[in-house]
Amino acid sequence: MNEILLLLADVDFWVAVLRIATPLIFGTLGVLLCERAGVLNLGIEGIMVAGAFTGWLTVYLGGSLWLGVCIAALTGALFGMLHSLLVVRLPLSQHVAGLGITLFATSLSYYTYRVTFPKVESPPKIESFAEMNWLPIPILSQQTPLTLLALALVPTIGYVLYRTPLGLALRAVGENPQAVESQGIDVMRLRTGAIVAGSALMGVGGAFLTLAAFNSFFFNMVNGRGWICVALIVFASWRPGKALFGAILFAFFDAAQLRLQQSGGGALPYQLYLMLPYVLSILALVLVARKAAYPQALMQPYVKGAR
Amino acid sequence: MVSSLVIDNVTKQFGGLIANNNISLTLARGEVLALLGENGAGKSTLMNILFGHYVADSGSISVFGESLTPGKPQEALARGVGMVHQHFTLADNLSVLDNVMLGAEKLARIASGRAAARERLATLSSQFGLTISPDALIRSLSVGEKQRVEILKALYRGARILILDEPTSVLTPQEASALFATLKRLVTDGLSIIFISHKLDEVLAISDRVAVLRQGKLVFEGATREATKASLANAMVGREVTRIQRDGGSSEKELRTELLQLNNVSADCPDSRMPLDQISLLVRAGEIVAIAGVSGNGQSLLADVLFGIVKPSAGTVGAASPRSTSSTKKQSVARIPEDRQHTGSVGDLTVWENAILPRVSDSRFSKWGWLKRTNARAHATALVKRFDVRLSSIEQPIRRLSGGNMQKLILGRELSEQPEVIVAAQPTWGLDVGAVAFVHQQLLDARARGAAVLMISEDLDEVFALADRIAVMSKGRLSDAVSSAHWTRESIGLAMAGEALAA
Amino acid sequence: MRLEPRTALSPLTTLGASLGAIAFTLVICALLILWANADVFAAYGAIFNGAFGSRFAITETLTRATPLIFTGLAAAVAFRAKLYNIGAEGQLYVGAIAAVAASIWMTNDAGELGLPLAIAFPLMIAAGALAGALLLLIPTLLKTQFKVDEVVTTLLLNFIALLFVSMLLDGPMKDPTAMGWPQSPTLLADLEFSKLVDRARLHTGLLLACAMSIILWIVLSFTRFGLSLRAVGANPRGAAFAGISVNGTMIKVALISGALAGLAGVGEVAGRTGYVTLDMSPGYGYSGIVIAMLAGLNPLGVALAAVFVGAAIVGADAMSRVVNVPTYIADVIVATALISVLVAGLLTQYKLRWR
Repeated sequence: MNEILLLLADVDFWVAVLRIATPLIFGTLGVLLCERAGVLNLGIEGIMVAGAFTGWLTVYLGGSLWLGVCIAALTGALFGMLHSLLVVRLPLSQHVAGLGITLFATSLSYYTYRVTFPKVESPPKIESFAEMNWLPIPILSQQTPLTLLALALVPTIGYVLYRTPLGLALRAVGENPQAVESQGIDVMRLRTGAIVAGSALMGVGGAFLTLAAFNSFFFNMVNGRGWICVALIVFASWRPGKALFGAILFAFFDAAQLRLQQSGGGALPYQLYLMLPYVLSILALVLVARKAAYPQALMQPYVKGAR
Repeated sequence: MVSSLVIDNVTKQFGGLIANNNISLTLARGEVLALLGENGAGKSTLMNILFGHYVADSGSISVFGESLTPGKPQEALARGVGMVHQHFTLADNLSVLDNVMLGAEKLARIASGRAAARERLATLSSQFGLTISPDALIRSLSVGEKQRVEILKALYRGARILILDEPTSVLTPQEASALFATLKRLVTDGLSIIFISHKLDEVLAISDRVAVLRQGKLVFEGATREATKASLANAMVGREVTRIQRDGGSSEKELRTELLQLNNVSADCPDSRMPLDQISLLVRAGEIVAIAGVSGNGQSLLADVLFGIVKPSAGTVGAASPRSTSSTKKQSVARIPEDRQHTGSVGDLTVWENAILPRVSDSRFSKWGWLKRTNARAHATALVKRFDVRLSSIEQPIRRLSGGNMQKLILGRELSEQPEVIVAAQPTWGLDVGAVAFVHQQLLDARARGAAVLMISEDLDEVFALADRIAVMSKGRLSDAVSSAHWTRESIGLAMAGEALAA
Repeated sequence: MRLEPRTALSPLTTLGASLGAIAFTLVICALLILWANADVFAAYGAIFNGAFGSRFAITETLTRATPLIFTGLAAAVAFRAKLYNIGAEGQLYVGAIAAVAASIWMTNDAGELGLPLAIAFPLMIAAGALAGALLLLIPTLLKTQFKVDEVVTTLLLNFIALLFVSMLLDGPMKDPTAMGWPQSPTLLADLEFSKLVDRARLHTGLLLACAMSIILWIVLSFTRFGLSLRAVGANPRGAAFAGISVNGTMIKVALISGALAGLAGVGEVAGRTGYVTLDMSPGYGYSGIVIAMLAGLNPLGVALAAVFVGAAIVGADAMSRVVNVPTYIADVIVATALISVLVAGLLTQYKLRWR
């Protein structure tokens, strides 16, 4: 008990929480945009890999860090474009197409990595984002600007969603595409736009891993973070503020298990600690599933003219 | 005076089918034009062309003197044409204000003008007597209120021409009169209205002029006061309409056998349908009992309970016949669902698989868990022949069948078992006249044979044409079933609105 | 752009669509090979040779295909019922570890099999199948009872299952002779699947896998359960109307699907590796989904699609040793094939209209 209190008072702990949460915030906001528009995007896992890779590659080849972020977003957007071609323009199963995108994006990234670096002993390193030491806010000053960007995106997306005509159309298209179509708004373009934007965020979430959290690209570095985001959005009832809360809560447990692992030592197998975040995600889903107000048109392809 | 809307020689062909054949129509300012026609007569195609969803093969449409560019959905809306669809196009989890504002502002705007929008909505509401709370969520509204939102939506976007597609199909007679009053106000204000319907009484009551479509052609156009119910019906159907003849009631002796009983059945549903509140009903051999009511008052849940899809939370459903026992799923009960595509059939399965699906455990069609495919196919072939189902092969997925043929197959599947009890929910929903007559005849034949028929219907004409006794459903409760002779349209309307039950 | 349903399916359209999908895949991957500065024909030739060029190559391809048939069937049967089991990877691992656990449990003090082989062998297989089935039962019950979406839960359970196995390999099921590597004890030699041909790794697991695809095909097409399963998958409400228990069918499907994925693990441990390690599956569970989709969820097609994917992996592996193209080209080939086959399949049902 005492240990937990000490943990909560520890600045370094919260620094870690926020760092772990950052890619999840990007990813969950990305999923939010897609699902609010009525589209499940299981491509997220692969898109994060691709974003991590292209962002890193850009910087490695001499681009600036921010150019790397932009390229990662662009990469995500391209895969989002492909996904929307499959599930918006063509009414393919969103589950299967998303998994296909994940496989495609992941294998393409690994392939490209190997073509570019056929024989490397250790992964090449880059100079990653520096902490914002100039910022006079305690925990935040030990984060990179990408974390700040992630935090700023939460109210921004909230504003767009609830205070602009575009956001209204987006919320409506995930509820009832006919309502949107009958007002002369193009359902397909709206959904495509949402998927592309959401996927770009997922790409940036991946890039955080290579450009801020670590300084190189290695295989399996995304390691299920994408799937976590898909779970978090249900927990967050598709709201940006709750998505932030969910990401931080998840990161809290993840950081706590790291600490407990170190301090608790051999009392319990370390795998149990590692399992904890996944188990908690499932529990959270069970708790909210019954009353979850899924966007009503989620996973339903829209075929123009059909009822 | 410039006409509000001119439809000039519009033709549209789908494959071999001419959906609109050289149709010309005009709509004057301050006029209600009724557009009459059966399903498939070409009404919705014409409206889809007007709204740019389809592009006409030839012909043009102009609004207030300016012609519309084909294939631009925005344009009709922008020029002041609004449409209230039969199936509402509202987003359930958004507020009234959200729904009204949807699409009314340029998407690129950086901020919604919500305060101004709220004010404008309030003004419109009071101007036309369409009161509604702007912050209410759509899913909390009644059907009539939702329709009001649809009309407000159109007015908010500056509609001067309002098109209403089957607007009364979901309303009580009283709600319908309120709607008519609203429409009169709109017309006085200078709006023009196209009123799409197939209910002749309404058309005669509300419209100034009538246009009738049949098989894609405009077959009649003229002032309403020069038309009669019979002349319109003939124009619509293209032949003399023969009413189905119902012989007198069955003998008292037959009627004594009670075949279907519902005792204080209550049920809740996880989705937001109206729950059932203590429903009791008896249906006896040789009679048709109809459950009338406005859509959304619990009929669909009641049907699900009768069909065995939903378990009642209290009370019992019993088919109390010598041959069957507790459940309505037993063989001697025929079940005809409202929704043939999503309930009555499994679209991706073949016709023959669907023909046996509810009785697959029957020894005719399976043994030790193995399907008797030869028997099943033979059974399906026989059904297809006997009930005149038009198809190319029984190996087709059933979803490729037309609605009427699908319904014939389902009817055949259920009625060929010589059922003692028949439960039919909206059995003629969306069928053309020929198919409706066929279904009605089958139900009457079953009654003559001594079957107990329970029919749930929202179509009062159908209810009065077939039923021996009628019960009315309102807000999840069911009135007593009373001989149809005791009901008038007036009294049934009050009961549908829940008045009679409260008293 | 809009879609119009085709009224009739012509075999020519289907054939054209399949050929188009294959051609598209080959072209895309050819571009990637070119980009790696390699000769496209040499690379494709090397892949084909590596997969089918010799007796050894063929046995390697089929050895690869064996677990893929199992996981492909697991995905196919579940997806047919619209139970999105993305957790075959985890089910494979618990199946494998359960088989080893069964072997340990059946070992007597003398280090020999304590039960007659005729009992022990089926018991080991059943243990693996049961472990996989139970693992999928959890998310399925969460789905039927609490409406929890199974996609996310099965995905997350993969991580949990892998950590669980890792925990066992570090603790109670650690092989003390493995010099600190997280590795399970070796399965008793008696329980191993016998080899199918000399001097190759191909084992009788392949026969079991093929038998399973035939059995599953028969079940789907000729039995009452198969019809119920297809009805539940195509339209649960319609199935409920017809008196089929939707939840009951889902649970049975979950048990079958999980068991098949568990069998993939049993096959790997008893037929190939002999013990469980944490890298024994390079994502067979996920590939199974791809294979099921490539096969159009047809159990017989699954066997063929598994051979295709197995060949791509084995062939690319061999090719990368000769031609300078990374082995990851195999995954790219499979992913591109999946996407193009999906699109092609759709185009056999719909016509594209550009306005």
